[in-house]
Amino acid sequence: MSYLLLDGVTKRFGAFTAVDGVSLTIEEGEFVCFLGPSGCGKTTLLRTISGLEFPSQGRIVQAGRDVTRMPPRERDFGIVFQSYALFPNLTVRRNIAYGLENRGMSRSAIEARVDELLELVGLQEHAHKYPAQLSGGQQQRVALARALAPSPGLLLLDEPLSALDAKVRLYLRREIRDLQRRLGVTTIMVTHDQEEALSVADRILVMKDGRIEQIGTPIEIYQNPATPFVADFVGTMNFLKGRVEAPGICRLDGLTLRCRTASFHQGDPVVLAIRPEDVVLRDLERAPENRFQARVLHADFLGPYVRVEVGEGELGGVRLLVDCPINLVRERELREGTALTFALPAERIRLYRDGAG
Amino acid sequence: MAVQVAVPPARAGLALKADVWLTRGFIVAIILYLVVALALPLATLLQKSFEVYEFRPEKVALAFYRDGAWQDAGRLSEWVERRGYVLNDGLRASERSRERFVDIIPKRERRGVERFRVTDLSAGGGLLLLEGRLSEPGETFELSRREFSRLRLRPEARFGFDNYRYYFATPALRSSITNSLFIATLTTLIVIPIAFGYAYALTRSCMPMKGFFKLVALVPILVPSLLPGIGLVYLFGKQGVLTPLLFGYDIYGPIGIVMASAFFTFPHAFLIILTALSIADARLYEAALSLRASPARIFWTVTLPGARYGLISAAFVVFTLVITDFGVPKVVGGTYNVLALDIYKQVIGQQNFQIGAVVSVVLLFPAAVAFAVDRMASRRQVALLTARAVPLQPEPKRRFDLLMLGFCGLVAVYILGILIMCQLAALFTFWPYNLTFSLKNYDFDRMDGGGWASYWNSVEMASWTALIGTAIVFSGAYIVEKIRGLFAARQGFQLLAMMPMAVPGMVLGLSYIFFFNNPANPLSFLYGTMAILVISTIVHFYTVSHLTAVTALKQMDAEFEAVSESLKQPLWRMFTRVTVPVCLPAILDIAIYLFVNAMTTVSAVVFLYSTRTTLASVAVLNMDDAGDIAPAAAMGMMIFYTNVAARLIQTLLARAVLARTQAWRRR
Repeated sequence: MSYLLLDGVTKRFGAFTAVDGVSLTIEEGEFVCFLGPSGCGKTTLLRTISGLEFPSQGRIVQAGRDVTRMPPRERDFGIVFQSYALFPNLTVRRNIAYGLENRGMSRSAIEARVDELLELVGLQEHAHKYPAQLSGGQQQRVALARALAPSPGLLLLDEPLSALDAKVRLYLRREIRDLQRRLGVTTIMVTHDQEEALSVADRILVMKDGRIEQIGTPIEIYQNPATPFVADFVGTMNFLKGRVEAPGICRLDGLTLRCRTASFHQGDPVVLAIRPEDVVLRDLERAPENRFQARVLHADFLGPYVRVEVGEGELGGVRLLVDCPINLVRERELREGTALTFALPAERIRLYRDGAG
Repeated sequence: MAVQVAVPPARAGLALKADVWLTRGFIVAIILYLVVALALPLATLLQKSFEVYEFRPEKVALAFYRDGAWQDAGRLSEWVERRGYVLNDGLRASERSRERFVDIIPKRERRGVERFRVTDLSAGGGLLLLEGRLSEPGETFELSRREFSRLRLRPEARFGFDNYRYYFATPALRSSITNSLFIATLTTLIVIPIAFGYAYALTRSCMPMKGFFKLVALVPILVPSLLPGIGLVYLFGKQGVLTPLLFGYDIYGPIGIVMASAFFTFPHAFLIILTALSIADARLYEAALSLRASPARIFWTVTLPGARYGLISAAFVVFTLVITDFGVPKVVGGTYNVLALDIYKQVIGQQNFQIGAVVSVVLLFPAAVAFAVDRMASRRQVALLTARAVPLQPEPKRRFDLLMLGFCGLVAVYILGILIMCQLAALFTFWPYNLTFSLKNYDFDRMDGGGWASYWNSVEMASWTALIGTAIVFSGAYIVEKIRGLFAARQGFQLLAMMPMAVPGMVLGLSYIFFFNNPANPLSFLYGTMAILVISTIVHFYTVSHLTAVTALKQMDAEFEAVSESLKQPLWRMFTRVTVPVCLPAILDIAIYLFVNAMTTVSAVVFLYSTRTTLASVAVLNMDDAGDIAPAAAMGMMIFYTNVAARLIQTLLARAVLARTQAWRRR
């Protein structure tokens, strides 16, 4: 029995449909990320789950209870917003204790629970400070502790890291992940940062224009993007327009490529997609198919590797992005203008129907 | 780490359900308040302006019982004609006009008549009034001689444009429109440059004593607008010390009105322009300097455009204040008629409520237009404010700073001069003839206007207004800003909250007479009480207070309520634990704004006070009217000192409370 079930959830604001028929089940203890560009409806979906918005259509079942029309206060969740929304006039301790009042807990029980959470997020020595006296990362942890204090069954995180510096972000996202694992609380996090989603989630839900594009584990999403949109949004992807010439063979702009055309018919217009890091540069003798030689047109140094744009030569007018490890660049003395031989492994090329997006 | 402390589930029972009903109930109550205290009275006023009253003696038939037989005595109109009787002394009939039959039919004609039959032939009835009873259509009253002497003729009421036609056909009334527009425009043209110069000096020069000058600029807010009029009369009147400066012109009239209006509108313009100038971005000036622009060019291309919305806003605020004010023209207007004063004269002087209503509608137009323009302008100014700017630090320039000091000194002398003149006049036995010190002018109990009781009534009224008004305004703004759902109700409320600013006080007061002083209204018991004064004053000053509250609330995180709800806490806990403490400075601002204005306002309450609820500001008006000018000045100064004290208390209170509750503001 799944913990959270969404069945055809739709949310309209006037003529605008923010969430369009989303169905989804989330297991207890799972960490799910809603990923998508801004305006894709991921935050609206989260607010619908929390009861801050009511769906125009559809059903939401949480822990076996139909909560579709329940106001937030009757549901069971904790939430952390992008702004943290810490009460500025209350100390860290009182902020965390806020949700523990009105439950018939004794004062000492409340204090004990607050101490527990302070320890959990490592803010014991900051308990008596006001939010404005804390750093961004510390504030974020207070917000997390406050949301977790009443032991909610569901934790909702609305872009919780986007207001922080890159370094702090990296550190905190691991901390959130560890905390979630330890407490085993079912968690949904909204983010537009694909790297963040890939690194923390058990499953990722990619959204576009209010609809689900794909649901899957981070590896599935990255390696087998269901649509060109997902392929483009998660990681970097080369897209090449072509046509299926024969089973296992596509033609594009004078090039012939071997690839898996399983579900396509001869003559179908298709988009071929391959990731820059999937282009093979070494041991080319073991990859006889789809081998080309072309010239390096641009090279962007990105630290551990160089992303080069290749074209001309055997590629003709086609342009491709290729990631070259830095040691290979050194070895071959690659720079703009030098020639590069590479192969496009057939099993790494994905085909999409052209016109699908 | 394992969780050791068990957290019981929230009590999602009654308390939380009550929460929903509490907010709904509150928003309904507050909308109801604004509808009853604003929308309905205004609608009644509009309706009254179309009510036409006319005596119809031709619709009244008479018969006399004389010598044992009934004789036809014709129509009442024939009696009126035969005697050349002038109905209602030639004035336009209004709803309260009455004529006694025995005044129209002379005594000798009634000799020997034992009984009278009077028939109402009108279609609507109600032409005859006998001791509170009205005639039905076609009804015949058969009366004894004694009863006949008490019979009165009422004017017939119908709806039409006659009142407006009459208004625009009467030059004495019509000319008030141009007069009002003239003095409002002239005052605006004078005040805006002066206020700009003053604010410019405070923000862009390094002159000394800036704090002092800022305080002086705000002084006029603390006195009723009647006071500068009185001060000017002492300075420039028939026996004035400075009268020669007018070169033979009379202070009573447009000159006096403009001079006094400039005094009381100055701080309003000054504050708006000061805000506009203080948000200047130093980077723009540096850019202009690096492009080698001359100081004059910088002024015209950077300074003025940066403050343009502030200037527009200030201009329309001044215009509205002058055109809707009636205190100043009442004191120094002489025979110069203006719209706001016309309402007073028509209603209090001539009891002609219908024409009063027409003038009110006419006055609503410029006020509403000015209000709309001001709202648009100030919205843009706010947009400029949010930009991240580097504050400008002026550099000392000796000649410029001295020039600015001189200019501000002149303005300060004008403001303080009028005030000091009033205080002196109040303290001397009889300025300028008997210059011995005396407190007899403070012996208010011996004058018209209600005596010291008026003063204490005012303090009581202002305290209630500040207390209740702040609670209503802030809670209302909170619901508009922070509650999800109830969209239509919130929109409606927002609209109602903005309306009072466009409604001049005189218009509000008159509409209250129509609405509340109507026996058919179940709320008529409020008429003449302290409660109606408080209700009307809160409504009168609602908009500015509401905007202050909304601004403060907008600065709070939009998700506080959502977090609180997710933590299963009722809304009132959020409101009392977080919202109110964080917004306390704004709440105190609203309270003092309401208090000060309640102390000084005349316009709305002048129609609403009763003998038990006379007010200090109205006492100033009435004492001045009765010729007791020095006591009027004394009372005006009492209002001033009270407001100064209130402000001091507020400042101290704010400091004490802030020290305790706003520790979080310190980093």
